[in-house]
Amino acid sequence: MHPLLRLVAQRLVLGAGTLLVVSALIFAGTEILPGDVAQAILGQTATPEAVAAIREDLGLDRPAWVRYLDWLAGFLRGDLGTSLANRVPISEMIAGRLENTLFLAGVAAAIAVPVAITLGVIAARFRETWLDKTISIVTLSAISMPEFFIGYILIFVFAVKLFWVPSIASVFPGMDFLDRLYAVSLPVATLSLVVIAHMMRMTRAAIVNVMASPYIETAELKGLTRSRITLHHALPNALSPIINVVVINLAYLVVGVVVVEVVFVYPGMGQLMVDAVAKRDVPVVQATGIIFAATYVLLNLTADVLAILANPRIRHAR
Amino acid sequence: MRPRASVLVGFAIIAVYAAAALLGPLLSPYGEAEVVGDVWEPFSAAHPLGTDNLGRDMLSRLLWGASRTIGVALAATLLAFGIGMTLGYLAAVVGGWVDMILSRGIDTLMAIPTLIFALVVLAVLPPSVVILILVIAVLDSTRVFRLARAVAMDVVVMDFVEVARLRGERLGWIVFREVLPNTLPPLIAEFGLRFCFAFLFLSSLSFLGLGIQPPAADWGGMVRDNANAISFGLPIPLIPAAAIAILTIGVNLVVDWQLERSSGARRGVRP
Amino acid sequence: MTLLLEIRDLHIEALGEEGNWQEIVKGVSLELEPARVLGLIGESGAGKSTIGLAALGYARHGCRLARGSIRLQGEELFGATPEKLRHIRGVRVCYVAQSAAAAFNPAHRLEDQVIEAAVQHGIMTPDEARAEARRLYTKLRLPKPELFGRRYPHQVSGGQLQRAMTVMAMVPRPDLIVFDEPTTALDVTTQIEVLAAIKEAIADEGMAAVYITHDLALVAQMAHRIMVLRDGLTVEVGPTEQILEAPREAYTRALVNVRRVQKPEKPRSGAAPLLEVRAVDAAYGTVPVLFDVSVALEAGRTVAVVGESGSGKSTLARVITGLLPPRSGEVRLDGRPLPSSLGDRSKDQLRRIQLVYQMPDVALNPRQKVEEIVGRVLSFYFGIEGAERRREVARLLEEVELPAVFVDRYPGELSGGQKQRICIARALAARPEVIICDEVTSALDVQVADAVLRLLLRLQEETGIAYLFITHDLATVKAIADDIVVMLEGRVVEQGPKSEILTPPHHPYTDLLLSSVPEMEVGWLDRVLRERAERKARGETVMEAADR
Repeated sequence: MHPLLRLVAQRLVLGAGTLLVVSALIFAGTEILPGDVAQAILGQTATPEAVAAIREDLGLDRPAWVRYLDWLAGFLRGDLGTSLANRVPISEMIAGRLENTLFLAGVAAAIAVPVAITLGVIAARFRETWLDKTISIVTLSAISMPEFFIGYILIFVFAVKLFWVPSIASVFPGMDFLDRLYAVSLPVATLSLVVIAHMMRMTRAAIVNVMASPYIETAELKGLTRSRITLHHALPNALSPIINVVVINLAYLVVGVVVVEVVFVYPGMGQLMVDAVAKRDVPVVQATGIIFAATYVLLNLTADVLAILANPRIRHAR
Repeated sequence: MRPRASVLVGFAIIAVYAAAALLGPLLSPYGEAEVVGDVWEPFSAAHPLGTDNLGRDMLSRLLWGASRTIGVALAATLLAFGIGMTLGYLAAVVGGWVDMILSRGIDTLMAIPTLIFALVVLAVLPPSVVILILVIAVLDSTRVFRLARAVAMDVVVMDFVEVARLRGERLGWIVFREVLPNTLPPLIAEFGLRFCFAFLFLSSLSFLGLGIQPPAADWGGMVRDNANAISFGLPIPLIPAAAIAILTIGVNLVVDWQLERSSGARRGVRP
Repeated sequence: MTLLLEIRDLHIEALGEEGNWQEIVKGVSLELEPARVLGLIGESGAGKSTIGLAALGYARHGCRLARGSIRLQGEELFGATPEKLRHIRGVRVCYVAQSAAAAFNPAHRLEDQVIEAAVQHGIMTPDEARAEARRLYTKLRLPKPELFGRRYPHQVSGGQLQRAMTVMAMVPRPDLIVFDEPTTALDVTTQIEVLAAIKEAIADEGMAAVYITHDLALVAQMAHRIMVLRDGLTVEVGPTEQILEAPREAYTRALVNVRRVQKPEKPRSGAAPLLEVRAVDAAYGTVPVLFDVSVALEAGRTVAVVGESGSGKSTLARVITGLLPPRSGEVRLDGRPLPSSLGDRSKDQLRRIQLVYQMPDVALNPRQKVEEIVGRVLSFYFGIEGAERRREVARLLEEVELPAVFVDRYPGELSGGQKQRICIARALAARPEVIICDEVTSALDVQVADAVLRLLLRLQEETGIAYLFITHDLATVKAIADDIVVMLEGRVVEQGPKSEILTPPHHPYTDLLLSSVPEMEVGWLDRVLRERAERKARGETVMEAADR
């Protein structure tokens, strides 16, 4: 087999394995950790009879691994279980919300990725000038701020003082695209700002790293133009680190979305998960947790595979 | 290299916060949960930063919160370094299957986003201070492990470590006398970064209502408590949020300088 | 005749640790006529690469051309605009770097990089440039010239890459090529072939060259004139013959006269060997590295194990020290088998065999003082502590000809040669019977290396220590060995007393190895190549690097 295919196949198998272990970990995290779920649901004052009843109801009297396999099998069939709090099938609760979260993260990514890479390349090109230093301080500050701080500043300025945009991002099914975009403008701005800052710093570092290679000196000593050196000699080699940076940050975006959804009371997966945690609605926590984790694992896997594909040493093996 | 102005600013910020964390409860004019006025009173001589959603003095809660928030984050970071460095050095120095099991385990743990993992765990465990410190420390220690293992690996392959092995030195000597002293500089910068992570992470959890529980004062929780003030045009939640951001910026400024300095010194000048 | 390159009073500065500018080239002047070769020679820190790059008007990151004049065919490059310099680099002056493996871009095919300068500067069309490249591949004896350029840098060997880099510099037909240690990273048998190819190509194409190296014997083969540099200053300039045969300066004389260390061969005593490697096979994982290797070392003697990279000579050291347990065979010390793994050996067994490494920089813990580095051995094996330990460390320093005040120094405060002496002192502290010296002089400048060899010989006379000397450098072997073991691809091809191995008839590989070592003699390269060709014509077996 071509070494490239073998490497990619290896990563895919490894990714599938990781997903399995992650699902087991999340299951174990909620089911086996000290503290009885039934007790947790009912509180310390519950009668033993009530606890026993709910244990039976949840199937907690069966061994943990049987329940795990059951849960996993159900998950694969699309049966995510039933919420403890309101007895609604979890797949129904998630349906519209997953879409909302993906919309929010997708729009933020569509803005953040091109902006961050452009800024990163500019900062690397004008390394150690005032422009680079300014960008550095600004992005350093941006990554230092909690998302909710940026979110409330934006609300305070653009929603409360200027009345430009709504402070609460309410969306509903059947809303048309532009209205939806307008509704999520502040959460998107918040997410993008944080992600751009992270991604830009990493892009700059990746390019600066490549620019220090001896083959760049070779190119300079050939009398090539600056743009040819950057585009033809540095960029192809910076590609796999940059792909890596982009995907790491997309994954971060999916997670960063949790806090932003709460700030803007946005009906997404993150909000759902936080509510479920507060209510100790374990099946919902498991289901949302595994969806978030799976997205993250898949994105990392994509990064791995793309980075392999972008590496000339692997593509053209001996 | 002479520190830049921004680094001095960073150090100044850290010093002010350290003082607030140590002396905060002594300096604060009112009690932590003492109701002293009306809801969201404006700034005044009696309440320099106004009052919060329950009529408690904002400045007092900010000062109490300093020691609580910074204390928990610092404890978590220290614990994370304890766990991460011990396991990281062990993996690097012993190698073989010990390294493989540890690295694989940590990789899997890192395959789950930190916030999601914490939410899953906090759905079952009570959000007490001890649990919070443990959860943050364990999640943070995965990153420390990675770095400690990587820098230790770089040192372990050096000939002077082989010399010690060939002499017949025990594991303890090799770790503490040969490897550790040569790996500290990058880990010092990492300590700042990990502290920022723990601090922001704790604040996010508190903001989501899953961190330090009321009525105890905590900056993330204070943002949550006063979030509604924003819609009345009052910037009150921005005060604790800014307190969080400024400390993180300060630490990052120093870390950034430290990282640049250590990488520059290593590169040296080519003749 | 008009000068091609004329450098006047050139000063170059580098950014120091504290952000201050320090002079690293302190007023150097040189002249080069068309189609001539100037050799720049000096030890590390002499400033030779920096001067070579200045011929392209280039200063590395962290360096700057401070003052002086650099004229190319009368045109001033010092202070010229970046745009003007760009049209000179890759057009009129080209550069060949030391490590071609790093200097080629891994993302592009060799051919695209080889023709890039000529095409980008509009000197040739892509097709013309490709044809020219193929002509030069043939000239530099690269395999399959038609297909060679289709490959990626990581798909060809180091020797081929270095030649491809030379082709890359020649395609635009520049007036001047700067060669910066082009063969330093290569094995000695590959080096001679690359040297021959470069020399022939320069002469045929009528280009001028600046040839930079630290090896006087090498530069003597390539250059018409030689300039000797030291610490950024010119020591001496002159025709190659004069520099070699009648050097005016003491420093040049020292460079010419190195390797005059000569140890008479000690007759074998016939006693049982102190250290014996018997029929060892070893492997890294599943990759076999050593095949049936047997070596014996008598007390007080020196065995030199010689071979090129990949010969398995360093693996042999790892087997002896127990770092790599062999698959089969055994290592005996004083007639008794040593446990194959390090962990199973007793403290005393460990003490009796000590190792000195190639790179003193990484063999000393930078966070420990000399007192701790050497003293730890005393505490560990003999329980010597406190003031007594300190006295003993000072005595050991004296043994290796270092002042006692070094006790309180950190390795970072010492020079390369001093560090290597500390490593030797550390080995001596264990009062060993065998010291394995793994390329101990290859990271050092020639004169420093010579002094270290002399020290090792003196110590052997005084204490009767046996050395197992691992090296790729035949000059070192000639200087210090009693017995020689020649290794090739994990096997011993020949072994015996020095006098026997060094006198013909040789094994074909030993012959190749011996005849490839540059000698301090004008015309050596031409003579060796002629001899090889003649013997081939007579039908004798002549091994070439490519045969390995």
